[in-house]
Amino acid sequence: MYSFKERAIKILFTAMAFASLFFLLGIIFVLFRESLPIISEINIFKFLFGKHWYPTYDPAEFGILPLILASLWVTAGAMVVGVPLGLGTALYINELASPKQKHILKPLAEILAGIPSIVYGFFGMLVVAPMVQKIFNLPTGLSAFTASVVLGIMAIPTIASISEDALSFVPKSFKEASYALGANRWQTLIKVTIPAAASGISTSIILGMSRVVGETMTVLMVSGGAAVIPTSFFNPVRPMTSTIAAEMGEAAVGSTHYHALFAIGLALFLITLVFNAAAEAISRKYRIKLGMDR
Amino acid sequence: MKNKITQFAGFAMITACMIMTLLFLASIIYMIFSKGLPAISWEFITAVPRNGMTAGGVAPAIIGTFYLTAGAILFALPLGLACAIYLNEYSPKGVIVNIIRMSINNLAGVPSVVFGLFGLSVFVKFFGFGVSILSGSLTLGILILPAIISASQESLMAVPHSLREASLALGATQWQTIRKAVLPAAIPGIMTGVILSIGRAAGETAPILFTAATFYKRGFPNSLLSEVMALPYHIYALMTEGTKPDLQTPIAYGCALLLLVIVLLVSAAAIFLRNKYREA
Repeated sequence: MYSFKERAIKILFTAMAFASLFFLLGIIFVLFRESLPIISEINIFKFLFGKHWYPTYDPAEFGILPLILASLWVTAGAMVVGVPLGLGTALYINELASPKQKHILKPLAEILAGIPSIVYGFFGMLVVAPMVQKIFNLPTGLSAFTASVVLGIMAIPTIASISEDALSFVPKSFKEASYALGANRWQTLIKVTIPAAASGISTSIILGMSRVVGETMTVLMVSGGAAVIPTSFFNPVRPMTSTIAAEMGEAAVGSTHYHALFAIGLALFLITLVFNAAAEAISRKYRIKLGMDR
Repeated sequence: MKNKITQFAGFAMITACMIMTLLFLASIIYMIFSKGLPAISWEFITAVPRNGMTAGGVAPAIIGTFYLTAGAILFALPLGLACAIYLNEYSPKGVIVNIIRMSINNLAGVPSVVFGLFGLSVFVKFFGFGVSILSGSLTLGILILPAIISASQESLMAVPHSLREASLALGATQWQTIRKAVLPAAIPGIMTGVILSIGRAAGETAPILFTAATFYKRGFPNSLLSEVMALPYHIYALMTEGTKPDLQTPIAYGCALLLLVIVLLVSAAAIFLRNKYREA
């Protein structure tokens, strides 16, 4: 009697376990389906490498190169800010913090990772942008530079917490062997601990990049929104995410513009997919290297 | 001697990074609190907006965020828990499990605005739910699903094997073992995951941009199919729409403070709960 119930429950759970696969495939399907019209309407190379994004002009032009470049610029800039600070924070927590400090700093990093992006965007718009405008004497503070700074700050908790995990996974025997050879703490950190945790650290950086590329509200509020090929960090730019968020409201359903925005979403999805796959591959290799494969 | 100097310089650099990080984050929180507090009053929390969003309260946005978040959890928790139970308790190791794991990891990395596009195409248009609480909740639910699965799975994994074996040895079936022995032991961990997801869902803006949110709605939402105001979207709209920025900015500060307090309290509670549970 209960064996029927047991089997029914097992089948139910198995079916529900496929939910995330189902949604992931659903997202891929929807993005492709909604993007197809644009690819058949205008050449895919013209879409990806076109230099002009004039969706509302007549005739309209749908070239997303300026948007892709803007995303890449902003992401690269954010990494310049976020990687040293995130990594430095991780090294401090791992090497210098007393147990008591660790006890406070680690949960703090986690809480700060949870601050909504709209709050960072708000902060960027009202505090960072005016400051940038004043310091560099610009016509507007809303620029690729401002977006990079704010996104870099946002990436710190991700980079710091994953790097710190990687650093703390390095076996104690590695460090002890180094000390026994007469190396001091700094030499051990640079020559032994960091190389041993290198793959975990790279994973943290890639995941941080993935988060930054996909970040929407912050760039929407602080990047300035000019859809031109970026030439200077101090000019306004319009990354892919903010283009979707800003224009979807005014694009008529089923119009070329609507489909073009979905195609940007598809390109964005593929970029983050590559980042995540790379992070996954590196972290798998790293678990095996340290003998922690499970 | 030279080694000592490089060590000192290196450690000083690391400490400087740490301090910079703390300063950045402290300044964000300080700014929001110092400028947001004056806006907060009883009226701000309980009244509806007046004079074209330039006065009055933001109660509909608070209620809207509550509905959207509750809906997302109601949708994602059963699915996520079932998935975690399958992966941890039933799954025979193999290709299928690896595929599911991979899809969870990849779903977790999808940008939030892409979830918004999915919700727009599927829930708003295809199913015809329109811009509504329902569409927004489902979209947010999919967004938090990976986090709920990982948290549940982690806490199921922490339940000792001896507990399962003891229950099975007493003649309990697998489902009885899961329900009576494994789940009760895992509940604090699962709760932590759920609470963290509440914080995430409450703060997300991009997914509800085209699926649920509206700048102004007369009164409170009265059905699952009505569009809603939401705190994070309200901040964005106050900053980018409307004609009186000098009157709207203080309200936006107030909203940002409310949102920050909600999210910080929620995640602090979750982390406190988890640490307490880990020590026990």
